[in-house]
Amino acid sequence: MEIVLSLGIGVFAASGVWLMLRPRTFQVVLGLSLLTYAVNLFIFAMGRLRVDAPPVLDAGAVGAQVSDPVPQALVLTALVISFALTALFLVVLLAARGITGSDHVDGGEPGP
Amino acid sequence: MTHWTDHLVVLPVVLPIASAGAMLLLDERRSGLKAAISLATVTVLLAAAFALLQAAAVQPQVYRLGNWAAPYGIVLVVDRLSAMMLALTGVLGLCALVFSLARWDRAGPRFHALFLLLLMGVNGAFLTGDLFNLFVFFEVMLAASYGLVLHGSGAARIKAGLAYIAVNLIASLFFLIGVSLIYGTMGTLNMADLARRLSGPPSPEAGLFAVGCAVLGIAFLIKCSAWPLGFWLPPTYSAASAPAAAILAILSKVGIYVVVRLESLLFGAGASAGFGLSWLLAAGLATVAYGTIGILGARDLSRAAAYAVMISSGTVLAALGTGSGPALAGALYYLVGSTLAAGALFLLAEILRRGRDPAAAAQAVFEDEYTDPFDDAGESEVGRVVPAAVAILGGGFLLCTLMLAGLPPLAGFVGKLAIFSGLAAGAMSASAWALVGVLTASSLGTLMPLVRLGILGFWVPSDDPDPVVGTPEFAALAGLLAACLALTFWAGTGLAYADRTVEWLAAPADYIHAVLGGGAS
Repeated sequence: MEIVLSLGIGVFAASGVWLMLRPRTFQVVLGLSLLTYAVNLFIFAMGRLRVDAPPVLDAGAVGAQVSDPVPQALVLTALVISFALTALFLVVLLAARGITGSDHVDGGEPGP
Repeated sequence: MTHWTDHLVVLPVVLPIASAGAMLLLDERRSGLKAAISLATVTVLLAAAFALLQAAAVQPQVYRLGNWAAPYGIVLVVDRLSAMMLALTGVLGLCALVFSLARWDRAGPRFHALFLLLLMGVNGAFLTGDLFNLFVFFEVMLAASYGLVLHGSGAARIKAGLAYIAVNLIASLFFLIGVSLIYGTMGTLNMADLARRLSGPPSPEAGLFAVGCAVLGIAFLIKCSAWPLGFWLPPTYSAASAPAAAILAILSKVGIYVVVRLESLLFGAGASAGFGLSWLLAAGLATVAYGTIGILGARDLSRAAAYAVMISSGTVLAALGTGSGPALAGALYYLVGSTLAAGALFLLAEILRRGRDPAAAAQAVFEDEYTDPFDDAGESEVGRVVPAAVAILGGGFLLCTLMLAGLPPLAGFVGKLAIFSGLAAGAMSASAWALVGVLTASSLGTLMPLVRLGILGFWVPSDDPDPVVGTPEFAALAGLLAACLALTFWAGTGLAYADRTVEWLAAPADYIHAVLGGGAS
């Protein structure tokens, strides 16, 4: 499981960075989204990977047996915030496309 | 936690978000009512900040949200450093808001709600004692700042805003990676609890923890625009509308605040004492140098003001990086003065530019919810003509220049001198000499372009009409300059306060005890 998760984070992060460095704004948005996935998975992994661990609410579960609830709460918060900010970024992207007439990140085609 | 004054600590967070929420229920056309609500809110915030300044000067105030005990619940902590930053935010916020009442608050939708949310995020970031809660307040602050940067719209703002948002989203990802690494290695995110665990036996994962702190540090250095992470700042700040730019000047100081707080709390003593200080010194020196070169090449005032913000950030970072306590005290004093002066310069730049470029108003981002504020002639009247407007603006400009360049007799000079004498109190190492040299050169480098821009703005005869200053704009500018002057007159009090602040920062045991000891309130 560890190797699958780390491969997943790595692939997400690598594609995200590559897309983010592309010249078109939409590619940048997609890159940021992929990077967000990578980071969220990473936060989740920081709570240690466990199979079949009971939630913290279970009355019988004690100590290190339960799955750590804090990273889950952190991921949830980070998800909501990044979702909202991606939506906001899309709006700015559309406004930039409308006003400058170009979807280049610099607001104009690089001319000779 | 029974007396009502105990709840004063949470007021700087709760009040603006409540007002901003109420604002959303009001129709966009009732701008008078909105302005009144936000003016009242910011005035109360300023009063609360000064009340907290009084209270925190005695001992750190801890507010446990929901009355959960510290490592499990989230705490808000006001110590001298937080209270000082809160008061600075209050002064700058009130002046920027008053300035916007002349016309900027009607140049686009939801200005007041965004402004109050920004203040809530900034205040929260200064107050919180929990790293993840800090992330949430950072995001609130940044989300509001994205709206404010775009306020007034126009191609320049949207182009700058696009880069600003992208850079800050990436910085937020660094923030998250750092926070999760710290949680994964230390098992807590409460700052006081972190400091306590660090002072215990070294953790087997200390290396990974250091990586987490470094990643977190990158996020904050991006926010406080340290070289080479701060290239986003000048285009964004100079493109933003004047009141937005003035309040954004505090945003980069939030990054500085967090760096100072974490460095003193986590790395003040113990095995990892002085972690990253040499990096902070190098980044600070490079930032000051870059900002000086930038301001030398600046062709308009708002760009010069943006580089001045960078120089002031770099100065504090470098002074922190020397590891000298008295130098840090001087730098904190300098931070307050230079932030106020940079804010005033943004406002001045807008007034002067307006005389040259009457088509400052632009179209809206959201066509459908936009009501043109300049439609009715009665509203668009900028204000009455102050007869001696140019003379007074020139005097204000002179004060700003003296403050930012650090020339006598104003607070900028006092701050820089305090940094130098603080350095001289210890052994003058090579890095201390480097800081003295770079800061002196940056004074000269700031003075020259500002004098040049001042001559262009005030003395060169032109056919342009004299700038017209609205009464609120005049009041805002006067307020900021009066704050600079007050800081100069009571420099002894200010420096003593900064000295005591650094003493507290150097003894984090009191902070940890106040948060975790349980007997705080």
